[in-house]
Amino acid sequence: MNDNAINPAGPAARVYAETLAAGRFRIQRCQDCDSAIFYPRELCPACGSGDLHWFAPSGRGTVYATTTVRRKEEAGGDYNVALIDLEEGPRLMSRVDGLSPDAVCIGQPVRARVAVEEDQGVLLFDAVEVDRQPEKDHE
Amino acid sequence: MNNASLSHLRGKTAIAGVATFGCGESPGYSDMDLLANAARRAVTDAGLTMKDIDGVCTASVLATMWPMEVVEHLGINARFIDGTMIGGSSFVAHLMPAMLALESGQCDAVLVCYGSAQRTSTLNRKEVARARRRMDPQPYEHPYQPMLPLSAYALAASRHMHEFGTTREQLAEVAVAARQWARLNPDAFMRDPLTVADVLGARMVSDPLTVRDSCLVTDGGGAYVLVRGERARDLPKPPVYVLGSGTAVWHRQISSMPDLTVTAARQSGEQAYRMAGLGPADMDIAELYDAFTINTVLFLEDLGFCAKGEGGAFVADGNIRPGGSLPVNTNGGGLSWGHPGMYGIFATIEAVRQLRGDGEERQVAGANTAIVHGNGGTLSSQSTAILGTSATV
Ligand SMILES: [Zn+2]
Repeated sequence: MNDNAINPAGPAARVYAETLAAGRFRIQRCQDCDSAIFYPRELCPACGSGDLHWFAPSGRGTVYATTTVRRKEEAGGDYNVALIDLEEGPRLMSRVDGLSPDAVCIGQPVRARVAVEEDQGVLLFDAVEVDRQPEKDHE
Repeated sequence: MNNASLSHLRGKTAIAGVATFGCGESPGYSDMDLLANAARRAVTDAGLTMKDIDGVCTASVLATMWPMEVVEHLGINARFIDGTMIGGSSFVAHLMPAMLALESGQCDAVLVCYGSAQRTSTLNRKEVARARRRMDPQPYEHPYQPMLPLSAYALAASRHMHEFGTTREQLAEVAVAARQWARLNPDAFMRDPLTVADVLGARMVSDPLTVRDSCLVTDGGGAYVLVRGERARDLPKPPVYVLGSGTAVWHRQISSMPDLTVTAARQSGEQAYRMAGLGPADMDIAELYDAFTINTVLFLEDLGFCAKGEGGAFVADGNIRPGGSLPVNTNGGGLSWGHPGMYGIFATIEAVRQLRGDGEERQVAGANTAIVHGNGGTLSSQSTAILGTSATV
């Protein structure tokens, strides 16, 4: 049993973990005040409502803060820990994958990806190429 | 009736006794042994006996029913008990409930006490961390293996550097200033000279924080005794009055902190200043919980000693060093004096010693007011106290 695995205790945590294990990223939205919510819970922290529905966020996010945790090479080497702001508002902790840890920058656009290993899902983020031709967006 | 400033409590209570015990390394002592020895010395320092104590405030990082253990161990018949556990700020936060209990007549003498043998304890820290992950899981952070609490502060530092251009050199200056104070204090654990280059060249733990940007791991016990002001005047030591107190908690996990560059110290500080009727310009010294170098920068800003984003420059200008415009962490702080797990009580004790004029070589001449700021968790809990000599009441 992985010591660091999400322990799906409670209905909301279980839905989140089971959905993630099936390769899908879902978070909650408050039906009363429209706040998007992370991490999963019973009540909306913005208004106290218990009327929360699951939805699929866009997966788009931005690195809000980042650190490289130093680890001996034989133990797996250095790795990234980042706080990601989702496009829908919530902030969460994750790892930006596929880049060397020291190349992860604040403001970097990222996209969510669910990695499934041993029946457990882990939410990770990949760097998104910055669009070098923004004028195309105006066509 | 709106009395939200709590200004009617200003100066009504005073710290009459303080003590530390076994700070640094105390092999063979348990948390409780260190606490008990500090408690007895603080009570003696107050000119009281254990039989006079009828209120207890305490907290432990390990035991869930710690206040009962303390009451039993010390043989106190407590009419007032507060075991609020909000991490390292707890013993600053205990001031408000203790003041209210004294003012209401619920009790007459409150002992605030703490002990930690974390440095020399035979408890395997890895085992403790594993047990904690089971008993108190953070399932949305732990899978990414942040080195908590350090990585949380590193994330805050990364954001401060990004938004305000704060540099590693400026952060290092916090550690250098703390060391310069520690060199004036024979009780400090680390007293060798320290330069900015030493801090930058130290082992990186979680960027941008090196091991020298981080507090020490030491043993130690600390205690203080709080009584009503009129009683304190008849006790042997010069009373140190509580002029203001405020506590605020905005989150627990760093991923739930609304803005990593603004701490709840802004709220706890405002409350404490309002109660005291004083502001940052009135503070002679500041004891700010420096678990990591970024803490001091954030608290200088959030407590109003400089504008948001200017903490790095404020520190780099030498303001917090001995002889600077604002003496900060005059004992050497958690970075160089010592850090027995939860530092808030030690910051309080150092402020009392300075206000009594007991600071010896590190004494700040004529210090009449002190701001004490405690931090807990991952910038999660913030508690501010403003203390003053009899000249301030
Ligand atoms: Zn809501």
